[in-house]
Amino acid sequence: MLEADALTCIRDDRTLFSNLAFRLKPGEALVLEGRNGSGKTSLLRILCGIRLPDAGAVTWGGTDIGKLGPDYHVHTAYVGHRDGIKLDLTPLENLAMARALGKPNDTTLEEALDKVDLYGFEDVLTRNLSAGQQRRLALARLLITETVLWILDEPFTSLDVHGIQVIEELLDRHTSGGGMLAVTSHHAVNLANTTIQRINLSELST
Amino acid sequence: MNSDSLLRAFTLLLKRDLTLAMRHRAEMINPLLFFVLVTSLFPLGIGADPKLLQAVGPGVIWVAALLAALLSLEGIFRSDFEDGTLEQFLLSSHPVSVLVLAKVLAHWLITGLPLLVISPLLGVLLGLPGDAILILLVTLALGTPVLSLIGAVGVALTVGLRKGGMILSLLVLPLYVPLLIFAASAVDTAAAGLPVTAHLSLISALLVLALSLSPLATAAALRISLS
Repeated sequence: MLEADALTCIRDDRTLFSNLAFRLKPGEALVLEGRNGSGKTSLLRILCGIRLPDAGAVTWGGTDIGKLGPDYHVHTAYVGHRDGIKLDLTPLENLAMARALGKPNDTTLEEALDKVDLYGFEDVLTRNLSAGQQRRLALARLLITETVLWILDEPFTSLDVHGIQVIEELLDRHTSGGGMLAVTSHHAVNLANTTIQRINLSELST
Repeated sequence: MNSDSLLRAFTLLLKRDLTLAMRHRAEMINPLLFFVLVTSLFPLGIGADPKLLQAVGPGVIWVAALLAALLSLEGIFRSDFEDGTLEQFLLSSHPVSVLVLAKVLAHWLITGLPLLVISPLLGVLLGLPGDAILILLVTLALGTPVLSLIGAVGVALTVGLRKGGMILSLLVLPLYVPLLIFAASAVDTAAAGLPVTAHLSLISALLVLALSLSPLATAAALRISLS
């Protein structure tokens, strides 16, 4: 279980949010809302462990994530605002690297590409794919390692209607299988079988 | 995480960086070209007096190697930082220092090893005696990994800055100076026909020190840069 307690984030002398607390249980999704610059990305980076909160703590199963380090990262997957894929590698090479960085599961790389509708593009340089295809490749990373908590920053950016639907189905399947999800999105997030917890950061600050 | 999967991540990352380098061959050749050009311009600039060239040769080759390394340093982390893959390394379930070591090794294979291979030729060009060329090779073999290892710490600290190049030089060059002094003087001493074991021991010590401390420092620096 992921728990945040009294989180504060200060950026350039501006308090983005303070005293933020929530609890995310298996099967649940956390959707962060708020205006641009309200601290959604900063909060996700704090949840990942890339950024330290200015006050408060994030705990995983009762232990501070900073103390857990790699033992926490093995359970999480993060797709940030930047795709985290190399444009001069093929989708297969990109996924092979991503898989080696975590704990591999049973899904083969080809299956993962197929699930995000990229089958047939596995040997094309990623540079030659469209922005939406690159985004789907980044999201394919989620499928190839054994992770519980998915942290996604605007996963639907540059996806078309069909792409959004494909990804929403993946997310829904993940949470209904006991996974957790923390996501920011300007699109409405439609997950039929998932309890969604919404936090609006613009309403919290001030 | 068991050591098998760590080893796989290490080799895969090494292979990845070498593949990327092969797909950007022009960037890879740049430091080598710089090294050769600087060294071969010196005889034109200061005159072709063999004695003079022999005297400045070791210093010239080492300074050129050092600047060539500096030129290529940013490549270690810059592009990974920009496309977000660096974040993924920090969030991996493996120790970041081991991943860093793979990246530094790749950097050395791409930029350090070619310098090593071409250096005997430049030694001949500057009229160094055979013994001195041999010692030049040994100092470069021991020294160029140190350049990559120390440089990685500097790049990790400055990668988040938009104009990090200048700060990087100021940060890293002072740390290169001891290596430059011992390496150039080792070649000089060898050219004079004297024993150089003391110099080589010191350079080896620098290598061991850099190899054991730099990956940890680089990993910590990356965390700071990305937070």
